[in-house]
Amino acid sequence: MSVLLDRHTRVICQGFTGKQGSFHSEQMIAYGSTFVGGVTPGKGGQSHLDRPVFNSVADAVEQEGAEATVIFVPPRFAADAIIEAAIAGIQLICCITEGIPVQDMLRVKQEISGIDCTLIGPNCPGIITPGEAKIGIMPGHIHLPGRIGVISRSGTLTYEAVAQLTSTGLGQSTCIGMGGDPIHGMDFIDAMKLFEADDQTEGVVMIGEIGGSDEENAADYIRDHVSKPVVAFIAGATAPAGKRMGHAGAIISGGKGTAAAKFAALESAGVSIEHNPTLLGERMLELLS
Amino acid sequence: MNIHEYQAKSLLAAFSVPVPRGAVAFSVSDAVAAAKSLAGDVWVVKAQIHAGGRGKAGGVRVCRSLQEVELAADALLGSILVTKQTGEAGKQVNRLYIEEGLDIDREFYLSLLVDREKESIAFVVSPAGGMDIEQVAADTPDQIMTLPISGDEVSLEETASMAAMLSLNVDQTDEFHQLACHLHRMFGQTDGAMLELNPLLLTGDGHLVALDAKFVVDDNAVYRQPAIAELRDLDEEDPREIEASQFGLNYIALDGHIGCMVNGAGLAMATMDIIQLKGDRPANFLDVGGGVTVDAVCEAFKLLFSDDHVKAVLVNIFGGIVRCDIIANGLIEAIKTHPMRVPVVMRLVGTNEEEGRAIVKNAGLDVRWADDLDQAAEFAVATAQGVK
Repeated sequence: MSVLLDRHTRVICQGFTGKQGSFHSEQMIAYGSTFVGGVTPGKGGQSHLDRPVFNSVADAVEQEGAEATVIFVPPRFAADAIIEAAIAGIQLICCITEGIPVQDMLRVKQEISGIDCTLIGPNCPGIITPGEAKIGIMPGHIHLPGRIGVISRSGTLTYEAVAQLTSTGLGQSTCIGMGGDPIHGMDFIDAMKLFEADDQTEGVVMIGEIGGSDEENAADYIRDHVSKPVVAFIAGATAPAGKRMGHAGAIISGGKGTAAAKFAALESAGVSIEHNPTLLGERMLELLS
Repeated sequence: MNIHEYQAKSLLAAFSVPVPRGAVAFSVSDAVAAAKSLAGDVWVVKAQIHAGGRGKAGGVRVCRSLQEVELAADALLGSILVTKQTGEAGKQVNRLYIEEGLDIDREFYLSLLVDREKESIAFVVSPAGGMDIEQVAADTPDQIMTLPISGDEVSLEETASMAAMLSLNVDQTDEFHQLACHLHRMFGQTDGAMLELNPLLLTGDGHLVALDAKFVVDDNAVYRQPAIAELRDLDEEDPREIEASQFGLNYIALDGHIGCMVNGAGLAMATMDIIQLKGDRPANFLDVGGGVTVDAVCEAFKLLFSDDHVKAVLVNIFGGIVRCDIIANGLIEAIKTHPMRVPVVMRLVGTNEEEGRAIVKNAGLDVRWADDLDQAAEFAVATAQGVK
């Protein structure tokens, strides 16, 4: 089994007919995702990539039984797109869009708080269950169906870890990119809960970065609730304070959110920390053998 | 994006937050004229740079005559101010703010920020105003209160708990409630990422005034804040970072020897970190982003090759959306005008990696190829040490 996503999950794309939406929808279809259509307001009734286009998410849910969505709409419309999907009853909402104003995300979190759905992102690569389905922009071919869950705040750095897990033969159960924004959906703790309960997952690789306190909170949770081995890397040990390192959320402010503090919190919680980002696969292999 | 203190105060005034009377000055004669227009017999001449810690660094001068204002302005304008936040290089002072002097009873700390854990706008207040708040947090954490605002407005209960922290009397608490509401409204309407009043002043006659102000607008929301966008002061930013941003590159100058070019923010940070693990330091953070073009890559290489601190360049690309052939062609374009004056170590994997490598090899470029990131970092550090 895997978490959140498998080959039967019925996926749509918001921003379907745009350049990014089209390219990545094709890739998702090629990977084997059950891709049932897309949403572009004003283009309902048309067909794109041999799939129906709808004016609204509600139409896609009603007519195609859509359960999951991937969002590529531009930053200024992305908050409303997330809320629309949640209200329409989509269970798994994956927002790829980078650059959403942070106060828009405060509004999103408030509006979807009472709705039963899982938000991944924004500003993330998405989620993949190797060999089954992917929702997002990650290169599918580097993955291998297997034993390790991956949860990360980064995109390409996740690919780095995935490639190591593939070359060591461990493979991945499910990989989740939670994104680089300060206000986001799913976090490390949400993912740990799912991976701890999942039979296929034997260990977890977590990749954090400077800024915020998600990693420290995860450490507290792991200490008491996670029995499976966890390997962690935190990016940004060399990042200067007060500078935003590419991601909106990757900033050391007021002396808080340093890599050193996060490494220390995780280590004290029994997590196997690794300072070299190229040794995550090997480290996990050692822990499992 | 940061703005200057005097600009932040003009925003505050527009939202009915009391600020001292003042005027901006770009020259010594401006400064004297500003002081004259403010009347009174005490003035404060404040250097306007985008960094805190100005007071301790001598950037804030209290003057008791117009002649003192003139001397202070003359000393500050054009000088380099080195504060705790500027780094060793410091920042040149190009603008001054001349303010009326006020009678001080007490100084508080007050800021608004986006609380990542509570997922709401929060106030941070402390009775220990006018000090380095990080130091206060480290030494006396019980002197700081963080209060997330749960509704659309600041409630009377929320005001009461902050007022208690500041030991305000009943009248002052009423005034504080108005102030808190104005600040909260401003923060929402201007897409604030951070608004800091340090200190917030309680004057001798019992009123609250924002004596200092720092405002940061959310970079992602600048597009819908055109009036604030116009306040951007390019003199306060690193020219290389401005140039890079025009090409959609995310570049931050650092002080090491190894120039880095990477795709993705997390991988770019990890590349910096592994360089340090291998015994050297990165010259920069550079994330070329997902939608990168040959022109942008070319610009990125030019930036690295024209930086005198750079002794070796490390290219680390894990191509997903980014194609390795675009990176290779960017290098070919760049060396037409900026010769490869330092060794280049390349690790190209992912989309179109064979094509990318072939382009570089066919051009006869002397590039050292690495199979993985660990090896790439080792090569880069070894070559940089050899050059030094």
